Amino acid sequence: MIWLTWRQLRGSAAMMAALLVLLAVVLAVTGPDLASRYAAGIAACTQDDTCGRFYDRFFSGHEFSFMALSLVVLVLPALVGLFWGAPLITRELEAGTHLLVWNQSVTRRRWLAVKLALPGLVAVAAAGLCGLAVTWWSGPLDKSASENLALMAPLVFGARHRPDGVRRLRLRPRRDQGMVVRHTLPAMALTLAVFAAVQLAMPLLVRPHLMPAVTSTFELGQANMEGIGINQDRGGVVEIHLRSAVPGHGGAWVLSGSLVDPAGRTLGDGAEVTVPISTTSGPCAPSGSPVMDACAAEINRLGYRQKATYQPLERFWPFQWIETGIYAFLTLGLTWLSFWWIRRRLS
Amino acid sequence: MTSVLQAHELGRRYGKRWALRECTIDIPAGHVVGLVGPNGAGKTTLLKLASGQLEPTAGGITVLGGRPAGGPEQLAKIGFVAQDTPVYAGLTVSDHLRLGARLNPRWDAAMARERIARLGLPLTHRAGRLSGGQRAQLALTLGLAKRPELLILDEPVASLDPLARREFLQHLMEATVEHEFSVVLSSHLVSDLERTCDFLIVLADSRVQVAGEVDKLLATHHRLTGPRRDPDRLPADQHVVSARHTDRQSTFVIRTDGPIHDPAWTVTQLSLEDLVLAHMDQRTAENRRAALEVRR
Repeated sequence: MIWLTWRQLRGSAAMMAALLVLLAVVLAVTGPDLASRYAAGIAACTQDDTCGRFYDRFFSGHEFSFMALSLVVLVLPALVGLFWGAPLITRELEAGTHLLVWNQSVTRRRWLAVKLALPGLVAVAAAGLCGLAVTWWSGPLDKSASENLALMAPLVFGARHRPDGVRRLRLRPRRDQGMVVRHTLPAMALTLAVFAAVQLAMPLLVRPHLMPAVTSTFELGQANMEGIGINQDRGGVVEIHLRSAVPGHGGAWVLSGSLVDPAGRTLGDGAEVTVPISTTSGPCAPSGSPVMDACAAEINRLGYRQKATYQPLERFWPFQWIETGIYAFLTLGLTWLSFWWIRRRLS
Repeated sequence: MTSVLQAHELGRRYGKRWALRECTIDIPAGHVVGLVGPNGAGKTTLLKLASGQLEPTAGGITVLGGRPAGGPEQLAKIGFVAQDTPVYAGLTVSDHLRLGARLNPRWDAAMARERIARLGLPLTHRAGRLSGGQRAQLALTLGLAKRPELLILDEPVASLDPLARREFLQHLMEATVEHEFSVVLSSHLVSDLERTCDFLIVLADSRVQVAGEVDKLLATHHRLTGPRRDPDRLPADQHVVSARHTDRQSTFVIRTDGPIHDPAWTVTQLSLEDLVLAHMDQRTAENRRAALEVRR
């Protein structure tokens, strides 16, 4: 049975291996160079304390390849599911060959077990290798990424690490759908839809609640303020533009942030928040740029704070493990379902 | 003699529709059994139940003394060639032989190779590039080289041209003589079965209409032609299979174990095809009789 499954898989496995080797070669060629330039840049910037700017420059210089690679790692499981998972069983059902193989001296249970396990292991190995390679390559970039692309950010979170088991989820349901749907093309379409749904639902609906998010207030400063200015159009009010970041917790995933007044009332969130403070006298009266720091200090002194709900970076690994657990649980359930299905329903 | 297949009140339902119901048969070993019936009569359902691909909704079935698909040993004893003889289009002929060798403990590699060579199938060809007849022969080879005690073939020749059809059945016959196993073979064409089968099951309307050895069936079925007569006035041991009436004449197909004494009848032998058609026609005949009675 293993021989047959491997014989059926080997063409696409070879294709996958070729693509992986190509990716690995590209990464191996460019990776050391990237790392050495990063090291050189850090060495240079620590002397004159301009590392913030170096990070920005370094990252934006490689933003395209960074995004592209993250996308590859995210999309790879979808492609594997699409081209391996979905047809794995539907193609047999369509061609009627399941009747051929089920009437050899192999039980259906064993057939399904091998059919799920072997391509599953190959796919997990491939995805794991791909994830490891990309993680290694983009190490310097992860360190210099801005808050929107930090490790905890939804796009990057999914594209990092997990050398182990998570990706099996991605393949497994394909086959289960395959048995239910019975035709290759609809199964492939459904695969894509479910993959998209899971990829959206996990970061948007589930991940923020895996652990209770931390809510805390912070003084306003460089780390959490994009800018502060006086808007003359609206009668000279002080406006603060908040960042989705919190001071002292680099790389945290900020779920929501707002500006609160000394009494704890929310003044507004996101883009421009108007602070009710005098702009005709005092530190915030318009008279030149250096004063803006004084204005911010004054706002802090009066008790205005950023109130943010966030998941700190330390939770990266716990989150990865919890999600692995969820996916593994789903996988087990779906596998059980597919064994039940093949016993009861299919013929 | 032992039975290869015993079914008792066997039934299978798809949703609300019964594909097969109240099927009670006992097929003794050593026969080539023809399963005949119109399309949708339940032939495939019965064969799938026998090979364990379907679970019965009602009743029970025993094949070679075991539950169908009860385990690897049971699977090894039964060969099954599915409708349209599916093979893996992407695998070569020799891949298929390896598949058989890997998946079957009793695989007869020498026989498989010999058959493929005799048929002239090129080993390196992908199965998808074979003709329909060659594909059917490849599927049959897989079924035969498994060395089953019972080989089930579901409409194996339906998609073949007459020549390939005859060749396929001939090869099957030769193999049964050589290796002594039982065969159950379905078709909706009696002519396919006439040359090959010595046991016949007629399925129509999801039910078994008649089952028995061909010789015995032919010996007990008669066509009676004579003056018009009501079927109820026939002797009690003469079971009417079908009846046709004109204004002055009646034609009955009856089944009886006893001799026919009534001199009013002209008694003729039935061909197997007529016999099968009479049984398939039974329901419509009953309806027609009801109509006749109403008219009088």
